[in-house]
Amino acid sequence: MTPDSAMPDATGHFGQFGGRFVPEALIAAIDELTAAFHATQRDPEFRAELQRLLRDYTGRPSPLTDVPKFGEHAGGARVLLKREDLNHTGSHKINNVLGQALLTQRIGKKRVIAETGAGQHGVATATAAALMGLECMVYMGEEDTRRQALNVVRMQLLGATVVPVRTGSRTLKDAINEAMRDWVTNVETTNYVFGTVAGPHPFPLMVREYQRVIGDEAREQVLERVGRLPDAVAACVGGGSNAIGIFTAFVADPGVRLVGFEAGGEGLDSGRHAATITGGAPGVLHGARSYLLQDEHGQTIESHSISAGLDYPGVGPEHSYLHDLGRAEYRAITDAQAMEAFLLLCRTEGIIPAIESAHALAGALDLGRELGPDGLILVNLSGRGDKDVETASTYFGLAQP
Amino acid sequence: MTALSDALDKARAEGRAALIGYLPVGFPSVDTSIDAMRALVDGGVDVVEVGVPYSDPVMDGPTIQAAAEPAVRAGVCIADALRAVRAVAQAGAAAVIMSYWNPIDRYGVERFAADLREAAGSGAITPDLIPDEAGAWLAAADAQALDRIFLVAPSSSDARIAAAAAASRGFVYAASTMGVTGARTSLGGAAEALVNRVRAVAPDAPVCVGLGVSNGEQAADVGAFADGVIVGSALVRCLLDSPDAAGVAAVRHLSAELSAGVRRS
Ligand SMILES: Cc1ncc(COP(=O)(O)O)c(C=O)c1O
Repeated sequence: MTPDSAMPDATGHFGQFGGRFVPEALIAAIDELTAAFHATQRDPEFRAELQRLLRDYTGRPSPLTDVPKFGEHAGGARVLLKREDLNHTGSHKINNVLGQALLTQRIGKKRVIAETGAGQHGVATATAAALMGLECMVYMGEEDTRRQALNVVRMQLLGATVVPVRTGSRTLKDAINEAMRDWVTNVETTNYVFGTVAGPHPFPLMVREYQRVIGDEAREQVLERVGRLPDAVAACVGGGSNAIGIFTAFVADPGVRLVGFEAGGEGLDSGRHAATITGGAPGVLHGARSYLLQDEHGQTIESHSISAGLDYPGVGPEHSYLHDLGRAEYRAITDAQAMEAFLLLCRTEGIIPAIESAHALAGALDLGRELGPDGLILVNLSGRGDKDVETASTYFGLAQP
Repeated sequence: MTALSDALDKARAEGRAALIGYLPVGFPSVDTSIDAMRALVDGGVDVVEVGVPYSDPVMDGPTIQAAAEPAVRAGVCIADALRAVRAVAQAGAAAVIMSYWNPIDRYGVERFAADLREAAGSGAITPDLIPDEAGAWLAAADAQALDRIFLVAPSSSDARIAAAAAASRGFVYAASTMGVTGARTSLGGAAEALVNRVRAVAPDAPVCVGLGVSNGEQAADVGAFADGVIVGSALVRCLLDSPDAAGVAAVRHLSAELSAGVRRS
């Protein structure tokens, strides 16, 4: 079924999902943000400034790369990578952050806060803050500050304060809690630059609109290069921003399968995973109704993934909507599958992907085998793997020459 | 009329603000937390807010988080909160549940309302449920004649204050300072200004003030302009400092001090 293109509705709902489940104290700020977002979407000057930054600062459009040697392992299908890893700061996160940072200037706030998991959203926010002269504080689970230590230093170099969060699972979920507490307290001076298509309205809408450039470019690039639309579009899904970013341009093309790959961790049966749609149930977390990992009492279950950026027990409401509608499919990829695909791309194509993105690559290997040699698969390579070198080194037992 | 409305009316008839005490069920254990709630009633609170511990309490500061975390890990749930509600009602005070939305959503909104009424509870406070999203809860609460209490904040527009007051039954919860829960040494003038703004749009709605009150003097100050004074973190602190019978005694003592406070304003 084709989703209603008017989604979300005026109150931020995608069917039964989305909405605003936040303390009243935040409503004034998110109302202000919603109004400013809609105004700037119609403002040619704002749009031009964002376009300019995306081109001259981020380096857009990002290239589309044919990866035939990798494709040999994917049943011989033709695999095309949308190279968000080549963006300034190394991932798709910068697309959204530049939009939200410009919006912050528009509403006259001087301080931004952000949550981060892999550190890519934190680095992107710290980067935009440096560029635009904003004070920046990034909340990051203590566990993630350890496994993405390189990105902690990058944020510090850029002038941001990184706050390690020691509550709960000490990962992304708890970083969001702490950032929300900061926002409730400092909302008069502070804007929350949210990193994915989750959270209360308007974030799922706003982040989608700032990320849809990925799919808008890719659709044109694929048509130009191949002369037809892809059979399938693959992306990893943490909160879901890179996936929505590449899916949106294809949602109205019924022949294009949209496939989101969630973090299966040690396997769905192990209970140690972050496969929110595949293994969860609808509920409310971090301001929206969506699928989430929860126990029978409605307590959030801690997620597990080798990839910090996917290690989140929630997911954006639009993904829940697309799932229930049957317009997009969601599958789980284990740590082991992701790491195998990670190494395969390194060795076959000379590209070190982010471990998050390696989940989409592993998914593409399966899709390719299903589609066969005539298949055409577009993969969102959402980020590069520099930040993951230490994790990979430990995983593969490297660094002892 | 719920026991909550009766308690607020009775306090008003005595020319004072009502005293409302919050404790999360399940810290340090379910039984001890229920003992502490009884001690609250002994000390003189009119209403007990029975907190449901939640894994992601974005409105709570470090004190309440520190009590909620072990309770969540121990598997404390709405059934335990309902047991506490029943104990409070038997001890002679009004009981309301304070819960983030997902535990109630998961329990089932209609089942929650039916079981809360059955436990002699008066209603619920829902800190992350705004009236805009509360359709199912409003219907379920109406069906069981339960109170539902929504929050207003200093940042709320007059239109939103009016909507919150219209959706609320029992009282309107004025979250007086911007920020998360936690005892504060100074409350400032924001609380009184907010109460006045609620009164301007909803003259008949009782307005109770929470976030920050920690001693009898502050209770007296707030009681001078609000219909009720809500105390949370300072009570939780008693049990964090001493998670045993001594903590329960400290709760009783603080409750008595606060109770004297609302009686001298
Ligand atoms: C490279 C990369 N891909 C994907 C993600 C997951 O986020 P989302 O699902 O919002 O794209 C992250 C998050 O940190 C990331 O760094």
